[in-house]
Amino acid sequence: MKPQTSPASVSAEELRACAPPSPFAELWRDFTRNKGALFGLSLVGAFVFLAVFADWIAPYSPIEQFRDAVLTPPSWEEGGTSQFLLGTDPVGRDMLSRLIHGTRLSLAIGLISVSLSLSIGILLGLIAAFSGHKVETAIMRLMDVLLALPSLLLAVAVIAILGPGLANAMYAIAIVRLPGFVRLTRATAIGELSKDYVMASRIAGAGTLRLMFNTVLPNCLAPLIVQATLGFSTAILDAAALGFLGLGAQPPTPEWGSMLSGALEFIERAWWVVSLPGVAILLAVLAFNLMGDGLRDALDPKLKR
Amino acid sequence: MISYILRRLSVVIPTFLGITVLVFSLIHMIPGDPVEAMSGERGMEPERYARLMAQYGLDRPLPLQYADYISRAARGDLGRSIVTQEPVLREFLDRFPATVELSLCAIAFAICLGIPAGMIAALKRNTPVDYGVMGVSLAGYSMPIFWWALLLILFFSVSLGWTPVSGRIDIEFDPARVTGLMLVDTLLSGEEGAFLSAVSHLILPMVALGTIPLATLARMTRSSMLEVLGEDYVRAARARGLSPLRVVAKHALRNALIPVVTVVGLQVGTLLAGAILTETIFSWPGIGKWMVEAIHRRDYPVVQGGILLSATLVIFVNLIVDVLYGVINPRIRHTR
Repeated sequence: MKPQTSPASVSAEELRACAPPSPFAELWRDFTRNKGALFGLSLVGAFVFLAVFADWIAPYSPIEQFRDAVLTPPSWEEGGTSQFLLGTDPVGRDMLSRLIHGTRLSLAIGLISVSLSLSIGILLGLIAAFSGHKVETAIMRLMDVLLALPSLLLAVAVIAILGPGLANAMYAIAIVRLPGFVRLTRATAIGELSKDYVMASRIAGAGTLRLMFNTVLPNCLAPLIVQATLGFSTAILDAAALGFLGLGAQPPTPEWGSMLSGALEFIERAWWVVSLPGVAILLAVLAFNLMGDGLRDALDPKLKR
Repeated sequence: MISYILRRLSVVIPTFLGITVLVFSLIHMIPGDPVEAMSGERGMEPERYARLMAQYGLDRPLPLQYADYISRAARGDLGRSIVTQEPVLREFLDRFPATVELSLCAIAFAICLGIPAGMIAALKRNTPVDYGVMGVSLAGYSMPIFWWALLLILFFSVSLGWTPVSGRIDIEFDPARVTGLMLVDTLLSGEEGAFLSAVSHLILPMVALGTIPLATLARMTRSSMLEVLGEDYVRAARARGLSPLRVVAKHALRNALIPVVTVVGLQVGTLLAGAILTETIFSWPGIGKWMVEAIHRRDYPVVQGGILLSATLVIFVNLIVDVLYGVINPRIRHTR
């Protein structure tokens, strides 16, 4: 006869196994169930690795010119050498090194512009949600004005004021993304404001600032995180577009978009100059889009089974 | 219905006024002032500076300048280009048809491919067909369109030699300008080969500009279709023994297209933003290329006028879409 375990003898370990997973474990489980999201996450990881260790990984400096090796094809093409794995550009700079250093720039652009618009957006959105009629209307109307301009057009307008350049491109992108964050914060905050726990906290004597940042904001974070991740991809895309138009990063900065801006001239002679930076942009944007979609599915309780 | 339109207008008008303030202040936010910017690095003597400031009315108080700007803009006077000395509105109207032609063709391309693709993906849910359509659409959605345009040129113009790289028509043709739309004008001129030349110039920019709307529409149609296919009235139609084709075409598709119509309307902004890039690459003489050139030349009246007119266009089209949406979907009229 087998010994039967009585309820009293359940070990603490077994109990822990039965306990509901922690929120992070649950998020991770839902997130990794999505193959695309996992692929996006690993791509993002790879890009971050390249960006952090660019100085060690890249074989050459991104602005060093090898004058006797101008427009060398990639190593597997006829005429290519193993010295320049992905060939060289019209002034003899190593494509691979420029692409690797470009990763650092693109991620920095994404990080800085998204953090800027996220923090200002959260602040304005919370103020709009908590303040009375007039301030709220003023903020939201201002956001409507910004939304009425197509994204790239608004960025171009901001650049027209500030002048071309990498830093100005980041500000421009931050301004373009601002209305999205303000609207999202306000909408979710208003949804939370009517709930009992906020009322309880209010009755307990919490001040407005505490209510804003300690009580309400943590409960609005899920959609904001998703929006910020997706914002990364549009920031990278818009920065590249501005660079391409000559309004963003200026030469010789190895930014992916500006690497393409003179490329049309060489389209008949050097396909690698035209195609490789675009592959990098596409992969980075795709990675953040997949990750954002995966996060949304994992964080949205409505989609959970 | 009228109260619905009025309600929409009450939101649109302040937005529009906000745009005019933004565009007006654009010229005052530039470091230095416009006259200084015009004088360049050589500088200019103080009398000429004062005269120019007075000529542009820049020495008067700001509210007065704004009132002046609005009243002139209302009469269609948006100032003159610093570079060409032509009125800004005339320059805009000269180039606008080219952008309209390109955008209309691009959105038609997106609709013709995107809606059927989204429909098929929804009907074949979780099959390789669905994954294929959604994968391609995700790639299209993430595509930097200026690079996509370069790839199209690389493949179709350089490798295959099928299409020209830039412009709207070969130089040997010079159709009389009637509508400003090259496809229509070449047909009217009756010149042999002119229409085909215009078409061959249009195809690549159309595909480049239409790709993002195409991807958006395919995704939108698929999710909208999936939602509708789960509704009771679709099950009821199936239960009545209607053929699958009839269920999809008569019952599901009509309702699934309601949100898609709005999305088509909202693409105007995407198209205008995309036109900036597409026109620059293909040397398409439209307003996108015009504005990028103006920024590089620091031609501020053109930048100002271009932004005001594009924003007006977007607001106007969105208003029409909102009203149309109210017409096809009566429920929306009664919610706030």
